[in-house]
Amino acid sequence: MNTGHSSLAVGIISMVFALMLAIVPLPQILTGMRPDWVMLALVFWCLAMPSRFGLVWAFGLGLLLDTLSGALLGQHALALLLVTYLTLKFRLRLRVFPLAQLMIAVLVLLVIYQFTLFWIDGVAARSVPIRERWLPVITGTLAWPLVYWLGQRALRETDQQPARL
Amino acid sequence: MTRHRQSAGPTRGLALGPKFFLLGLVAVTLMVIDHRQQHLATIRDTLSVVLFPVQALVNLPFAAWHWGRDVTAARLALLEEVRELREARLDVSVQLQRLASLEAENARLRAMMGSSRQAADRVLVAEILAVDLDPYRHRFTVNKGNRHEVHVGQALLDADGVLGQIVRVQPFTAEAILISDADHALPVIVNRNGLRTIAMGTGDTDRLSLPFLPNSADIEEGDLLVSSGLGGAFPSGYPVARVTRVERRPGAAFAEVSAEPAAALQRAREVLLVWSSRDPSEGDDTTPADGDDTALADAAAQEQP
Repeated sequence: MNTGHSSLAVGIISMVFALMLAIVPLPQILTGMRPDWVMLALVFWCLAMPSRFGLVWAFGLGLLLDTLSGALLGQHALALLLVTYLTLKFRLRLRVFPLAQLMIAVLVLLVIYQFTLFWIDGVAARSVPIRERWLPVITGTLAWPLVYWLGQRALRETDQQPARL
Repeated sequence: MTRHRQSAGPTRGLALGPKFFLLGLVAVTLMVIDHRQQHLATIRDTLSVVLFPVQALVNLPFAAWHWGRDVTAARLALLEEVRELREARLDVSVQLQRLASLEAENARLRAMMGSSRQAADRVLVAEILAVDLDPYRHRFTVNKGNRHEVHVGQALLDADGVLGQIVRVQPFTAEAILISDADHALPVIVNRNGLRTIAMGTGDTDRLSLPFLPNSADIEEGDLLVSSGLGGAFPSGYPVARVTRVERRPGAAFAEVSAEPAAALQRAREVLLVWSSRDPSEGDDTTPADGDDTALADAAAQEQP
């Protein structure tokens, strides 16, 4: 039970960290390329500990992201819900993927995530440049190995059965 | 795989599908309500209070760096800076002497004309938190909020000119929109001849566009644009931008005019919040561009009480 608690704590800490990364100021050139850290972290934890992290987390984190970014309340929540749902739904299949294949899956999830955000922006008649919209998809995919590695390490630190994703 | 409870998947409570559907429905409802009207301010306020530590934490290293730089600055550099500031102050105070008499004269003339406009504005210095918001929109957060009587629609200035306005107020922080945001528009006049027009943001921090000037308009490169005060949100007479390019196109209805913002939109760290002495409910329909419904609705909600 203890290990369960500490792994939950690690999960929460990583989420706070992801939220911080989501608002850390970047140089002007890089602002469009910020990976969606919160989404990546959530996908990782959903794969590693699906009994603890799931849709409710996606919803809550989404609302926090909405508040942080000044978006419509519910915009990121819906996008994260969608991604989490797909992750959980195909979890057993994703678990056996090697890293390279997992990266492709993450790429698809990121496309869905960004498209949902983009689509809601469109429906709400907010003007957004389209060109830079797809940069986070690429950087996010490239950031996945890092998230994966950090997550695995965190799990090992807490004496958790290293999740073989 | 040894832990069965873990690999059993998310089975607490509802099944995955219905749970997703339910939460998705809640999210969509929230979005609709948030988009149509402003009943969700309390939720946002609560969440923002929860998030304030996160923002403060992110801001901390930057604040520490600035502080450290101030503390460790060499004595000579400080002396030099003090000397420069003294000179600058002398310069400014000389100009101020003239301004005082001009202001008095202006007030007298206006009183004679029966005009109600006053010139004095109250200001408060706020600091921009070093946090990035949506990269596609030019927004930022300042460290003053409800508790400092900040209100929606309030103008923000820096030492060189108009920076933006407040669009959302939370207990400890407030969110502001830059004049360069693609959804922002600002009524201005050309300082040289009083020509009225509107400066729209372009989504590019060093360019504003003035799309509503006919080819025959009397505007030249280098003209200073100042806020006109029409619309009521921005105090009048503060520099906004300098015209950088005028292209008259014989075939088109309007000239293509762009201007460079006077304020340091990228670099400002401290900003001035301005309370216009003018009653904000007098005239208000032009402030944020029609694109930004939330800002408009915010402003409307603000004026109800």
